[in-house]
Amino acid sequence: MVPLSWYIMLSAVVFSIGVLGFLMRRNLIMVFLSIELMLNSINISLAAFSHYLQSITGQIMVFLVITVAAAEAAIGLAILMAFYKNNPTIKADEINLLKG
Amino acid sequence: MDTAILIFKIVMVVSVVLLHVAYVVYFERKVIGHMQARLGPMRVGWHGLLQPIADFIKLFFKEDIIPFSADKPIFFIAPVIGVIAALGSFAVIPLWDGFIIADINIGILFILALSSVGAYSIILAGWASNSKYSFLGGLRSSAQVISYEIAMGLSIVGVIMQSGSASLSDIVNAQADGPFIFTQFIGFFVFLMSALAETNRVPFDMPEAETELVAGYATEYSGMRFGLFFMAEYAGMFVMSSLAAICFFGGWRGPDFWIFSHVPGIFWFLLKVYAVIFFYFWIRATLPRYRYDQLMSLGWKLFIPLALANIVITALWKLL
Amino acid sequence: MTLPQLFFAYFAVSITGLSLLVVTRKNPVHGVLWMLVLFVHIAMLYLFLNAEFLAAIQIIIYAGAILVLFLFVVMLLNLRVEETERRFQWSWPVGLVAAGGYAVSLIFILVKITVFPQPGHYTIEKMQTEGNLMIIGKVLYTKYLLPFEITSLILLVAIIGAVVLTKKKQE
Repeated sequence: MVPLSWYIMLSAVVFSIGVLGFLMRRNLIMVFLSIELMLNSINISLAAFSHYLQSITGQIMVFLVITVAAAEAAIGLAILMAFYKNNPTIKADEINLLKG
Repeated sequence: MDTAILIFKIVMVVSVVLLHVAYVVYFERKVIGHMQARLGPMRVGWHGLLQPIADFIKLFFKEDIIPFSADKPIFFIAPVIGVIAALGSFAVIPLWDGFIIADINIGILFILALSSVGAYSIILAGWASNSKYSFLGGLRSSAQVISYEIAMGLSIVGVIMQSGSASLSDIVNAQADGPFIFTQFIGFFVFLMSALAETNRVPFDMPEAETELVAGYATEYSGMRFGLFFMAEYAGMFVMSSLAAICFFGGWRGPDFWIFSHVPGIFWFLLKVYAVIFFYFWIRATLPRYRYDQLMSLGWKLFIPLALANIVITALWKLL
Repeated sequence: MTLPQLFFAYFAVSITGLSLLVVTRKNPVHGVLWMLVLFVHIAMLYLFLNAEFLAAIQIIIYAGAILVLFLFVVMLLNLRVEETERRFQWSWPVGLVAAGGYAVSLIFILVKITVFPQPGHYTIEKMQTEGNLMIIGKVLYTKYLLPFEITSLILLVAIIGAVVLTKKKQE
């Protein structure tokens, strides 16, 4: 039997790697990808809780998180495309003007 | 012992499917040939019956050319992803009563998942080849596959609602009173058209449109790697046809009277599958290619609303 | 170690390694591809946790829709220049320290936590007899109907937002 804490640890480590990518990467697409990574790590822990507490709520939460992640990716990438049209760069540290 | 039976089943399904895939190509060339008042392959064997084997040997011994600035790992792995995704789907398809490798209760979702993974093979092939024709093919296919997957998934929801299960053998068993084609004809129409787009068949073969893009995503591929793409396409077509036969025509169930009730289920299943495949060939021989914006507006403005309407109608019908 | 623990160890090591690969690849396309492999591993972990429906939608939605969208945008922006430029921000050591500290503190907190499971009534046997899909459907459309409807509103906002943002201005 795998203890529940192992899953939570795995989730914490993957979440931290997501934070790492979010803070370090220059390319905005990779920054978005890191956000997806963080959402996935949360999903792992929710599914594990659902299994060990014998409750279905965790799985429902994962379902909702995946839906929100889809919405987030669509909006985020649309903003990226709109930005790229005005200002052809997607480097996080070159996007430093509030006024286009 | 169970493991041995399982391995035997897997080996049998894979070998039989590969044989069928090879002869589907032959079947297509013959059908289209006769539709265009030609004879089709006639040279190798009696009426060209050995043609697929000759083609295989030719492809296998051809030189494997890799473009100079290709992204090699991705270039190598792209056709393999396609073949694995197409062949993996056969794990959940019941060929006849009780013959299924894995009877899971999310069978339809599994096939949809694998078909969405299969899309990567085309996108990556297009990107990794580093050629403008391949790249345009890859871009077209990514947009097309995302759009039509929605329509395809929604068109099957009606079947899931009517049978109350997403397991393919339960769906077949739910059609004991008559195939779903009579109640789900809107869903069937949307499914058939979306399956054409998913497998990149004419009239939706934008990713490889020969007259516009040389050969689309497969332009830079040669030899056995091209053969793998070919195999993935036809195996995918076989999967989609099997899904149509199972969800709408009652899978292995045949008419239950007189001599017909003694015919084995696999015969009915293959008959239905080949009927759908024949319909694909017929369309290929008849229709010209759609324009790209027409394809997109067809998917988003006609098929998705139709599939949604089908879901609402099925729900109301279930309620009554 | 028992067999399930060995399985978990494999998944833990590969998921961690793959996520490190995702955040460090220079080429965004390679990053997205490692993410695809990562998603397949997470889907298998869900199967391990008796959540077949989650495994299926993990592949269908994440791998089949969201990642293809990422790949599409990467290709549309055609970032071949990316490979010659530096991949991290100048402030990357700060990020490394922050994320490392975050991981360490999280693990220290989690070690202290003990969960007292009060088992609910969705046992593994019930899941297997009734079917994961059926149970999720029933709960989702009764107990969690309101959150479900709110998510559909979020999706609607996302659709409208994406259309408005990427639409060309009418001259």
